[in-house]
Amino acid sequence: MLVTDTSNFIACLQRIQPPLNILTDVERLKPFETDAFISHRATPLCAVLPETESQVAEILKSCSRERVPVVTRGAGTGISGGAIPHDDGVLVVLTKLNKIANVDALARTATVGPGVRNLAVSDAAKPFRLFYAPDPSSQLICSIGGNVAENSGGVHCLKYGLTTHNVMRARVITSDGDVIEIGSRALDAAGYDLMAVMTGSEGMLGLITEITVKLVAEPEHIETMLAAFPSVTDAANAVGKIIGGGVIPAALEMMDKMVVEACEKVMSAGFPLDAEALLLIELDGVREEVAEQLARVETVLNECHAQEIRVAANAAEREKLWRARKGAFAALATIQPDYYTIDGTIPRRCLPEVLARYAELGREYGMTVANVFHAGDGNLHPCIFYDGTVPGEMERSEELGGKMLEICVEVGGTITGEHGVGIEKLKQMCVQFRPLELSAFHEIKAAFDPSGILNPGKGIPSLKRCSEWGGMHVRAGEIPRSDIPRF
Amino acid sequence: MQTNLADFIKDTPEGIEAESILRKCVHCGFCLATCPTYNLLGDELDSPRGRIYLMKQMLEGAPVTEKTMLHLDRCLTCRACETTCPSGVQYGRLVDIGREIVEQKVERSAIDKLKRAVLKKALPQTGLFKVGLAVGRAVKPLLPDALGKKITAKRDVGVWPAPCHARQMLVLQGCVQPAMAPSINAATARVLDKLGISLIVAPSAGCCGAIPHHLNDVHEAHVFIKRNIDAWWPFVEAGAEAIVVTASGCGTTVAEYGYLLRNDAHYAEKAKRISALYRDVSEIIAKEKNALAKLLAVQNKSKQKLAFHSPCSLQHGLKIKGVVEEILSAAGYELTNVPDGHLCCGSAGTYSLLQSELSQQLLANKVAALESGAPQMIATANIGCLAHIESGLDDSSKLPIRHWIELVDERLT
Repeated sequence: MLVTDTSNFIACLQRIQPPLNILTDVERLKPFETDAFISHRATPLCAVLPETESQVAEILKSCSRERVPVVTRGAGTGISGGAIPHDDGVLVVLTKLNKIANVDALARTATVGPGVRNLAVSDAAKPFRLFYAPDPSSQLICSIGGNVAENSGGVHCLKYGLTTHNVMRARVITSDGDVIEIGSRALDAAGYDLMAVMTGSEGMLGLITEITVKLVAEPEHIETMLAAFPSVTDAANAVGKIIGGGVIPAALEMMDKMVVEACEKVMSAGFPLDAEALLLIELDGVREEVAEQLARVETVLNECHAQEIRVAANAAEREKLWRARKGAFAALATIQPDYYTIDGTIPRRCLPEVLARYAELGREYGMTVANVFHAGDGNLHPCIFYDGTVPGEMERSEELGGKMLEICVEVGGTITGEHGVGIEKLKQMCVQFRPLELSAFHEIKAAFDPSGILNPGKGIPSLKRCSEWGGMHVRAGEIPRSDIPRF
Repeated sequence: MQTNLADFIKDTPEGIEAESILRKCVHCGFCLATCPTYNLLGDELDSPRGRIYLMKQMLEGAPVTEKTMLHLDRCLTCRACETTCPSGVQYGRLVDIGREIVEQKVERSAIDKLKRAVLKKALPQTGLFKVGLAVGRAVKPLLPDALGKKITAKRDVGVWPAPCHARQMLVLQGCVQPAMAPSINAATARVLDKLGISLIVAPSAGCCGAIPHHLNDVHEAHVFIKRNIDAWWPFVEAGAEAIVVTASGCGTTVAEYGYLLRNDAHYAEKAKRISALYRDVSEIIAKEKNALAKLLAVQNKSKQKLAFHSPCSLQHGLKIKGVVEEILSAAGYELTNVPDGHLCCGSAGTYSLLQSELSQQLLANKVAALESGAPQMIATANIGCLAHIESGLDDSSKLPIRHWIELVDERLT
């Protein structure tokens, strides 16, 4: 944008009533240059922190008139770079839209602003013995708006579903600045399920200003157990057998030795240090059901050579285990401050094979790989360590991560489980989808955002970029092993 | 986070430390959740992660203005972020370094400078502060509400038992506390006396150094710290077992003497020894809990409902959690649930006087949280929080607020 255009545009924003908090100086814009995907950065033209829905609508009207790109940011905890600003764009920070409009205990819903923290929804629902089920590791701080944008998951999604299964309706500002409502407070709405389209759209279809989420009854009884294994393969086998045996745990998580050691160092969770892999398993429901499942799971764990099984004695012990699990990624920073976390999903039965191939790839690249992930969902989060002070290392870690995602596609999985595509996985989108499919995605975006100002360059790669990355593995528009059923 | 520090700071001890702290931060944002100012303002720039970024730029040599200074000034240094951080980022130390640099690079307004100079001079000098407080108490009805409310009522000090035990411990008298509530250390002396420990005072010790430290005057802070070390040293050599602090805010500073003077050729070793001898009064009492239980057993008083405010300096700074609560329960108090117990009350050293708007919002939230369990009284562990919370309590139904050691003392008499 030309300097005069820029100042005219800022002047437009300054005329918005009530007056908007606008940041235009580099000093204060820099802290917004990245989210939790810190290897990439961009300083926006300006950042705005609206406090009302009408301000958001006015911002979008100005942006669409001037064709200024818009990137939306919540708490900035995303790890695929979805909220990284556009150099010539406006960063719309929605953290001040943080009011809980209501908790309807009878309807079991909560209606909240996009800036409300995920955990704050459950806190507000607690007096009614209800909670909001999707629980990303960052639930303490990540915002509901961001959760919808990324279709976030979490440790309890195995049983309770992802964000998309737990949102009912939203108020959305279109790229032209119109306010629309999608979804409904009822379980079904007439017409296309636009709520499902909006969920996971990474800020590319509209800006969400209010969300109605489902609340779930707190289970009567919870048991959390920890099982230690002498090998990663044993633990991975146990995962398949537990679910294959008909038990759907509320959560089924796996971590390898390196992660256990890091968690122990930072959070002293009491994890056994002599195991090669741990499973954290949570069972919930009515007391009798949980007791019966617990016995079945214990049998499977023993069959799979568990060397130690512990059941949390009380809520405090349970909380300690989960706190350590949810702080695992940040705790890994004590091993080496630079690391890159991948997010791919595979069929559960392929866990042992894929983990072995990851370890092999790590050795090939001479890079350490740690694993902590939602094993029950087959949602992998390998963590690649590198030294950012060595030139080229970061790029190599990204290359290795890309190969790991391609393995996910190869075995019939997907390149994202819950983190979104953002800018991180654009290349792998070309592996996952055919050009025709990508074109269809672009048409959906154009239907919502004809001027193309919403989060441009994220989420869906242009066909041109895919071909530039060059027949990576897409030959003649065909993905490898197209015979494998995808899910 | 990767950093590339500028030449002016790169190879200095501060630069090396700042870099190692910055490298640990992975920008995950967990710290935002428990930051009191982010909770109020919803702005990244008023969060630990935002401030870390502002400091990173400054350390990397980017131009810095009063904007960075404002966001660093708004930080309470409550260190709740450190408790939350899963990567072990020592934010408190980083912000100390950042504040020292911003103070050199950005000129404060004349009014701001004056305010800070007055606080720095008046508060640490018990004599001067006492005179001010006495005058304040006399003319309290004439003062504006905000200031008048900060002036606490005088309390009975009681007897300080003469030292007669073989076990002796030093106590930090400090500066503000002996003027505002001399009863706290006297109560500590009585409780410890019953536990077979004599509490003694080094007459020439004074302010721990926290006040100039809060006001970014490192030089003055070091002068105070060295004065205390000199005052305590003969007693340490004579076998004082510990240096007891009854104000957790001061305690965090004494605990860091060793760190603060680590580069001082003459005092580094002594300061390390002093920090090693430092104990919060709750740690001493907790160690003597069997003896205390025996003393309490003869008491037969009805249970009183009490709300405990754990100061940030105690729970986040010193990482002492649940210890005072356990002592109070043992002493027969029923502790009420206090929501958001991890959040600061807004006192934060001189913060309540320098950032009164934010401080008052935090105070109102804290008072509501403390009163929500319908307690009969409130207890805390730091004189700053005590005076601040007292100023926020509703005049009509005013709940008594005390240092918890005073309550234990009462149960023993």
